Amino acid sequence: MKYWIGAAVVVIAAFGAALSGVNEYFFYAAFVVLQFVVLATAWNILGGYAGYVNFGTAAFFAIGAYTAVVLFKWLGAPLAVQIAGGALVSGLLGFGVGLLTLRLRGIFFAIATVAVIFICETLMVNWRYVGGATGLQLLRPELIPPFDTYTRMLFSVMALLAVIAVSVARYVQTSWIGRGLRAIRDSEEAAEASGVPTLKLKLFACTVSGALMGAAGAPMPMYLSFIEPASSFNLSYSVSALAMPMIGGTAHWIGPVIGALLLGSVQQIVTVTISNEINVLVVGVLLVLFVVLAPDGVLGLFRKVARKR
Amino acid sequence: MIFSFDLLLEALLFGVLLGCFYAAVSIGLSVSFGLLDVPHVAHPAVMVLGSYGTFVVASYGVDPIVAGVVLMPLFFVLGVVIYRFYYETFEKRGTDAAVRGLAFFFGLAFIIEVGLILAFGVDQRMAEAAYIGSSLELGDYRIPYRMLVAFGVALVLTFALTLYLSKTFTGRAIKAVAQDEPALRLMGANPVRIKQWAFGIATGVSALAGAMLIIVGPVEPAMDRLYIGRTFCVVVLAGLGSMTGTLAAGLILGIAESIVLMMLGASWAPAVAFGLLLLVLGIRPQGLFGR
Repeated sequence: MKYWIGAAVVVIAAFGAALSGVNEYFFYAAFVVLQFVVLATAWNILGGYAGYVNFGTAAFFAIGAYTAVVLFKWLGAPLAVQIAGGALVSGLLGFGVGLLTLRLRGIFFAIATVAVIFICETLMVNWRYVGGATGLQLLRPELIPPFDTYTRMLFSVMALLAVIAVSVARYVQTSWIGRGLRAIRDSEEAAEASGVPTLKLKLFACTVSGALMGAAGAPMPMYLSFIEPASSFNLSYSVSALAMPMIGGTAHWIGPVIGALLLGSVQQIVTVTISNEINVLVVGVLLVLFVVLAPDGVLGLFRKVARKR
Repeated sequence: MIFSFDLLLEALLFGVLLGCFYAAVSIGLSVSFGLLDVPHVAHPAVMVLGSYGTFVVASYGVDPIVAGVVLMPLFFVLGVVIYRFYYETFEKRGTDAAVRGLAFFFGLAFIIEVGLILAFGVDQRMAEAAYIGSSLELGDYRIPYRMLVAFGVALVLTFALTLYLSKTFTGRAIKAVAQDEPALRLMGANPVRIKQWAFGIATGVSALAGAMLIIVGPVEPAMDRLYIGRTFCVVVLAGLGSMTGTLAAGLILGIAESIVLMMLGASWAPAVAFGLLLLVLGIRPQGLFGR
C-alpha cells in the first residue's frame, strides 16, 4: 500500500513539474535519466533476478524506437499507440531471445545478445523506409493541451513508464515468479529438479524485460525528432543498462532505480560540462569499481553500514 | 549483380586471405576463452589497443610487423596482470561471481575504447609500409600485398601456437588445465600459474594481431565492437580451444563474408559474423571441432 501511495506521488509530482515553470532543460535531461530508470529496471528482471547477462539492451531499445517510427510514418499513430507497439515488437524479440536460453548460458547467452544488436542494426541500415543508414527526420505532431512543450509531455510520459516498469519489477520480485527466477540464478538444475518451470519463467522474464526496453525506446524518435541506426543501436545503452543495476544493487527493485538516478544524473552533468566520451568512461570505470569493490552495489553498502550499527 | 564464375573465384580467393586474417585475430581468444574459460569480451578491445600501440611505435619509422613483435612482451605482462586480477576478484569466488566477471570485462572494453578516443581522437589511423597500398597482379586478379602479409603472419602465428601447445611442456600443461583442472592440481602443478602464463601468451599474441589489423585497414577506437562478433564467431565455430579448428572457422567466416560482400554489398557484411555466430550458438554450441 505504502508503495502505491509513493508511486502515485511520483507520477503526480512529475506531471505537476511538467505543468510548472521549471526550466525547459531540466525536462530535456530528466527524460534521459528516467529512460535509463526503465532500461535498468527492465535489465534487472532478467539479469539481476535470473542471472542471465543481457548485452542486447540496445537492440530492444532501438527496435522499440523503430517500431514507433514505422507506426508514426505509416498510420500517423499517436504516442500511446507507438509505445504499445514498441513494447509489443520488442517483447516478441525478447521471447525469441528467451528461446536461446534453452541452450545457452553465461557468456554464450551474453554474446548471442550482442549478435542480436548487430543483426537488427544491419536490417535497419538496409531498410529504406525508415531512412537506412542516413536516418530519418520526423515532424512532431500537434501538442496535447495541458502541456506547453513537447519535451514536457514526453517527460511526463516517461515518468509514468518508469513507475509502471518499477511496479512490474516489484511484482515480479515479490511474487512466486521472482522466487523461481532466483532459484534459476542459484542453480538451474536444482530449480528444474524441484519443480520450478524454468523454461516458462525464463521466457516470461525475457519477454517482459524486452517489452519494457521497447517501451523505453518508443518515445525516443519523437524526443529527438530524428532516428538513425548507429546511435540508436549504440552499445553504450547496453553497458549503461547493465552498469546501473550493478551499481545500485541487483537483489531488490530499488537497486536499478538508485543506480539509474545516480549514474544517469552524473552522465547528464558530465555530458554537459565535459564531454560525451568521458560520460561513457565514467560508466565503465564505475562499473568496474563496483563489481570489484562493492559486489552488492549501493544497496549492499547500505546494508553493511546498517549491520555495523 | 550478374553472377559470374570469375567473380566467385575472386571472392573465394579474397575470402581465404580474409579468413586467415580472422583466424589470426581470434587465436588469442581461442586460448583465453576457449582453453581457459575466461569470458574475455575485452579481447577485441585489447587487440585495438595493440593496433594503436603499433601505430605509435611505427611512427618512429619501424615496420608495423616489427612494432607488433616489439609490443608482445609488454602485452604479455598486461595479460598476466589482467588474469591475476580477474582470478583474485572473481574466479576464486566461484560461480556466484561469474555474472560480475562478465560485467568486469565488458566495462574494461569500454574503458580501453574511451581511453583510446581520449588519447587519439575518433579519427581513423593507418600504418605506413612499402607493402601497404600496392598489389600483386596475377593476370586479371589483383591481390593487395597487405592481405598477403597478414595471411603469412596469420599462418605462422597459428602454426607456432599449435606446435607450442602440443609439443612443449608448458603448452601441454595449458591444455591439461583446460581438460581437467583438479587432476592437474593433484599432480602437484599450480593451475593458476599455468593459466596466468597462458593468458599472458594470448594477450601477447593480440599485440601482433593488432599490428595486422592496422596493416589490413585503417583502425578506429570503436572497431572492437564489430570484432566481438568476428572473434567469438570464429572461436565458437571452431569448437572451444581447437587451434586448427580456429583456422578452419576463420576460413569459413572469411569466405562467407567475402561472398556476401560481393553479392549484397558492404552494408550487409557486419551481419555475416553475428548471424553465423547466432546460428552456431543455436544449432551446435560445441562448434565444429568441439572438445
